[in-house]
Amino acid sequence: IRFMSVKTFEIHKVHSTDFEVHRNWLAITHSLPVSRWYHENTSEWTLDYPPLFAWFEFGLSHVAQHFDRNMLLVENLNYDSPATVLFQRLSVIFTDLVFIFAVRECCRCVQEQKGSRDILNRPSFVLAVLLLWNFGLLIVDHIHFQYNGFLFGFLLLSVAKHLQSRHLQGALLFALLLNLKHIYLYVAPAYGIYLLRSYCFTQDNKDGSISWRSFSPLRLIALGSIVGSVCALSFGPFIAMGQLPQVLSRLFPFKRGLCHAYWAPNIWALYNILDKVLVTLGVRLKLLQEAELPRASMTGGLVQEFQHSVLPSITPSITLVCTLLSILPAAASIWWRPGGARGFLRCLLLCALGSFMFGWHVHEKAILIAILPLSILAVESREDAGIFLVLTTTGHYSLFPLIFTPAELPIKAVLMLMFVIYSFTALRKLGPVSLLHPLESVYLLGLVVVATACEIVFPLSPWQQKLPFLPLLVTSVYCSVGVTYSFLRLYVSLLRRDEKPKQL
Amino acid sequence: MQTWSLVSLCVLLGVVVRWGVSLNSYSGAGRPPMFGDYEAQRHWQEVTYNLPVQEWYLNTTDNNLNYWGLDYPPLTAYHSLICAYIAKIINPEWVELHKSRGYESPAHKLFMRATVLVADLLIYIPAVVLYCLYLTDGSAKKKVSTLFCFLLYPGLILIDYGHFQYNGVSLGFALWGVLALGLGWDSLGSMAFCLALNYKQMELYHALPFFCYLLGKCVKLGLMGRGFFLLVRIASTVLVTFALCWLPFLSDPSRALQVVRRIFPVARGLFEDKVANTWCSLNILIKIRSILSSDSQIYLSTACTLLAVLPSSVRLLTKPTFWQFKLALANSSLAFFLFSYQVHEKSILLAALPVCLLLNDLPLVAIYFLQVSTFSMVPLLLKDGLLVPYVVTSLAFLFFGVFLLSALEHCSEEELRLGAYHKLLFCLPKLDMACIVRWKFYISVAVMAGLSFASVALVPPPHLPDLFPVLVSTTAFLHFFGTFLYFNVVQFSGPPSRKSQKKKN
Repeated sequence: IRFMSVKTFEIHKVHSTDFEVHRNWLAITHSLPVSRWYHENTSEWTLDYPPLFAWFEFGLSHVAQHFDRNMLLVENLNYDSPATVLFQRLSVIFTDLVFIFAVRECCRCVQEQKGSRDILNRPSFVLAVLLLWNFGLLIVDHIHFQYNGFLFGFLLLSVAKHLQSRHLQGALLFALLLNLKHIYLYVAPAYGIYLLRSYCFTQDNKDGSISWRSFSPLRLIALGSIVGSVCALSFGPFIAMGQLPQVLSRLFPFKRGLCHAYWAPNIWALYNILDKVLVTLGVRLKLLQEAELPRASMTGGLVQEFQHSVLPSITPSITLVCTLLSILPAAASIWWRPGGARGFLRCLLLCALGSFMFGWHVHEKAILIAILPLSILAVESREDAGIFLVLTTTGHYSLFPLIFTPAELPIKAVLMLMFVIYSFTALRKLGPVSLLHPLESVYLLGLVVVATACEIVFPLSPWQQKLPFLPLLVTSVYCSVGVTYSFLRLYVSLLRRDEKPKQL
Repeated sequence: MQTWSLVSLCVLLGVVVRWGVSLNSYSGAGRPPMFGDYEAQRHWQEVTYNLPVQEWYLNTTDNNLNYWGLDYPPLTAYHSLICAYIAKIINPEWVELHKSRGYESPAHKLFMRATVLVADLLIYIPAVVLYCLYLTDGSAKKKVSTLFCFLLYPGLILIDYGHFQYNGVSLGFALWGVLALGLGWDSLGSMAFCLALNYKQMELYHALPFFCYLLGKCVKLGLMGRGFFLLVRIASTVLVTFALCWLPFLSDPSRALQVVRRIFPVARGLFEDKVANTWCSLNILIKIRSILSSDSQIYLSTACTLLAVLPSSVRLLTKPTFWQFKLALANSSLAFFLFSYQVHEKSILLAALPVCLLLNDLPLVAIYFLQVSTFSMVPLLLKDGLLVPYVVTSLAFLFFGVFLLSALEHCSEEELRLGAYHKLLFCLPKLDMACIVRWKFYISVAVMAGLSFASVALVPPPHLPDLFPVLVSTTAFLHFFGTFLYFNVVQFSGPPSRKSQKKKN
């Protein structure tokens, strides 16, 4: 497959906080001994990814010293010489090679339809472009600065391996991934149950239900040892030093509040809005005393814990319960009626979305965990393509607030437009019938209105001073509707698939 | 995929690349007292807004011509005026007389970059799209690939959005002129070209082909019949356009003369800095500037230019077809660039535009030339701190050009029209010209990459401080001269074999 795997990136001179975060981590891993990595807190950006990522940064730092030694001093907060910027950008581009390789593997797994077609119309090419030029990934990785391309490469590669029935490799890759960034715990249940059910039980009964006798302990042990050894490799040194509690507390900071600074478009955003509305109504109708209410600081752009005023407050345990409840039907469905590797993919999606919807302190970047695997399904089935279009457009739009300087506005708008045009036209070509319900089209067009209002009209209007976070609010609420809708539709499609006999 | 979606994707990608480049630094950033071209444009907005029209080109107490005085024709001034009105609405400090000199701020940079983008979107990009869709042949995919490479040409992007100028406007108008002539709308074409000429006087490089083509067409239609009417119509369009542009200055002939004096400064010398043309390269061997007096320098350069332009113009006059016209444009602008007086490195863009028009027909040579033209501006780009955009856009352009236009595949002898070379070099044994060209391409790319790297990374020896710019300009000059000869040969050989082209597509 000839595909244009060249991504030309303009290297901008713009930074964001995450840039400083990574620089700090480079400094920490390079200059300090291992025992101090998780105790260091000179900067406010402490190391909060699992150890394997720390080792990765350590490796990078050795290359970094050729570029500019000064960036590796822990005391140099907010250090940003051109060489530093160049190095960081280059490292992202370089690690993206992993992502490109993974995309190639995925494309090979996509079912091709018969008949010779122009290369532009082949599903694998469409998939390649949708993944490589994924607007969200471009924005988050290259402008906002993170290493997601590299991590998603691992995810997609492991998915591809499962699609190719190489389960052990897939499991290994996922274990590595989990130790690189623990956000992928979101989808761990899918892996767990799928591997248990389809891999350890080597045969199904005739009607597809479970056959207890075909349980293969050997495979279970193989899986367990793989996962165990990877975790041991990364966590080992820290367990030996007795630092496990400290590491865990850094990895899972529950003090950060229900919603991230830029509200992720999930259920809790809607919940917060409902709370606010009820408060305002209550005050207007004189049902509540204004003095009794806690200060309305939920709409601030800061990371803090808040109390809800009218509706019951949400604690981490509640979110956990909700998440598990939302994932349960999906997990159950692949236990009772496994749909093969594609069923697994669907379950993975639902786990990711479910955790996104109900999780504690979710970042809106997490929507990418759902969008990228959905691309694979979208090029194969029309119904999924429709869901994909809604989810991507809203998900990507919810990433807009991450890039807020006016200089970058044209870039993000144009890139988004490009991706939207491409996804709509390419996916339309793969199936003859129109993909979107009229209501969905109206909703998506409404996005344009919201976008213009937030980006152009609002900053020039008088409300800028009084309610500075109104655009963020509007964006996340509007997108939550879209994301919830996609979530429900995906669930419906999964459950409906179970009723029909297995047809892929 | 449908053409419209592909076209819009190409255009959007072009816009993204342009805006990405514009986030970098501009010419003269943070360098008082004179700063650079960016400050010049800002200063012109200030002058045109605050002073009455009559004083724009005069040296008065309010308007010091030594500090970036206006030296482009009136249309540039009107454009600056429009920008100044908008600037005044947003932030009056940007165009305050005298006080805003050297004003630099992120918001202002955003505004200036935005003006360039708007001008491009209105004038240059639509012309490119229309040209590629209607005046090139081949399948839809080929047209879109041509459009993509055309929009991605690094030289224009780097100069307009990096170094900061408005070349897109003048080149865009010239392109509209070419487009109109290609579609047969002669008067509209001449009007568009006059607008281009009134925007930047350097468009004179393109004037001769326009003139010869239209004259040849009139002659062909018969000077006593329809040809005569066409001639009259074109002449009147030209006169009216000029009159409209110069209206404020026509009331007083001395004022008009002053404008002309500003536009054509003959006191400046044969060349400035290191330019990839004949005189500068010759200067390395023989110090021309010191041998000849300035008057004889002017005569020499004029004579050489006319001599160089003559063959191609005469050919166009006798055979006014669109294909000849495109080639003549390339030849004439290259001739002027190589031999004319006081040439700037940026003038290579004027030669690059006609070559972009040839992307579809002669892909390998076009990409080769366009790459060299970008390379020739390396010293200028390095001075502006545009290394990274240069590298990225050049690599992208090379890659997409070679890949999308299958440049390296379509270079058989016939397609490169090298047949004539055999006749010229009949004394040499039968060589495989196509293979030679391909190897030249590879070697040149390697040399360019090496020199670019050296200019950045290595320090020149102390007794030769200008070593790298000189090397760059000499290499570029050799390439330009070779291309100039090539295009002349092609123009004189037979018309392209369209039938065989259609079969291949």
